[in-house]
Amino acid sequence: MAKRDESSELLRELVAHLRQNRTQLREEWVGRISETRLLTAMTKEEIFAEATSVYDSYVEALETETFEALQAYARNLSERIIPRGVETHEVVGIVLLLRDVLARSLFAKYQTDFKKLNRILDAYEPAANRIANTVAVGFVQERERVIRQQQEAIRELSTPVLQVRERLLILPIIGVIDPQRARQLTEQLLRGIRTNRAKVVVIDITGVAAMDVTVANHLVQTVEASRLLGATVIVTGLSPEIAQTLVTIGVDLGKMNTVGDLQGGIEQAERLLGYKVMALAEPN
Amino acid sequence: MEVPILKQGQVLIATFQAALSDADLNQLRSALVQQVVRFRSRGVIVDVTAMDVMDSFASRTLREIAHMIRLRGAETVIVGIQPEVAFAMVQLGLTLEGVATALDLEEGLAYLNQKFKTMK
Repeated sequence: MAKRDESSELLRELVAHLRQNRTQLREEWVGRISETRLLTAMTKEEIFAEATSVYDSYVEALETETFEALQAYARNLSERIIPRGVETHEVVGIVLLLRDVLARSLFAKYQTDFKKLNRILDAYEPAANRIANTVAVGFVQERERVIRQQQEAIRELSTPVLQVRERLLILPIIGVIDPQRARQLTEQLLRGIRTNRAKVVVIDITGVAAMDVTVANHLVQTVEASRLLGATVIVTGLSPEIAQTLVTIGVDLGKMNTVGDLQGGIEQAERLLGYKVMALAEPN
Repeated sequence: MEVPILKQGQVLIATFQAALSDADLNQLRSALVQQVVRFRSRGVIVDVTAMDVMDSFASRTLREIAHMIRLRGAETVIVGIQPEVAFAMVQLGLTLEGVATALDLEEGLAYLNQKFKTMK
């Protein structure tokens, strides 16, 4: 308990010192930032403005030993600077620079009293490390959130379920299918079958170069689930590699209805639905 | 809870109200198999729209119903399987092989009428 009290007393002293020398230390920090060519995407004025708020939040976190405000600030800062292309190493770099600048100023202040310096650093270092950690984690979390959002958007875009005729859907799949995308495809397809009251679905996988065993199995399950909803699935455009995968996992070919290309698939679907398409005249 | 069986022309319609116990399913099976001959029905529709879970017993019973009714000279269609239920069933390997399925009651009736026409 006594140790805790002493440590917080030292932190108070430390905070007082950092407040007193705010202008000078901040200058030095900003100087170091441009020296090491961090935050090149931002102008000097912007760096100075951000540095001021970071400095104040930093000192406040040291004083109160609570990190919520700093965390919120770090998230807010990340939100603003991520779209401008600021990298993780830059954010971590500037916080570590600030930590070093402040530590140096402590050395300078207590160089005569080595014992006191030791105790001050004992109090300062864990808090400073936690701050660095908090800011770095906040930045990375924000980045991950942005990435997740983008992935979500790409996924939404990449799985259209289109109705080409009454009761006939096509599902063109392009690109790599990972298990998560496969699951989403299935969900959208099954929902699409229900809302469009589809009888036949053509899944075109011309744009898929290869798929692993898990995804191939998933495709087979999607075909079976569609049948349970009363829809027939025709798979078109299987590449030789995918055909190989399907044979390797031993798909029951009686359940899979496959046609070479998308045109053939749509023609077969039209036959199943009783459509007859004919040319009215010779094309000229 | 007993499943009501309705007669609509040549077709018997059994609509599941909610999740059924195994005993209810057995009861439904014997009732359907008896009535299909008593009413000289040519088709049976089992509507499972209300079921949000389909376990292996229910799935096996549905398959048995379909096969027994075929042996009694009529056709069976299972209708109204929900998309989530369908995928969960497939993952459990319950694919109702050899049993006709349709989106809903309307589709089921259309399927049976088509079947009756071709059988004539």
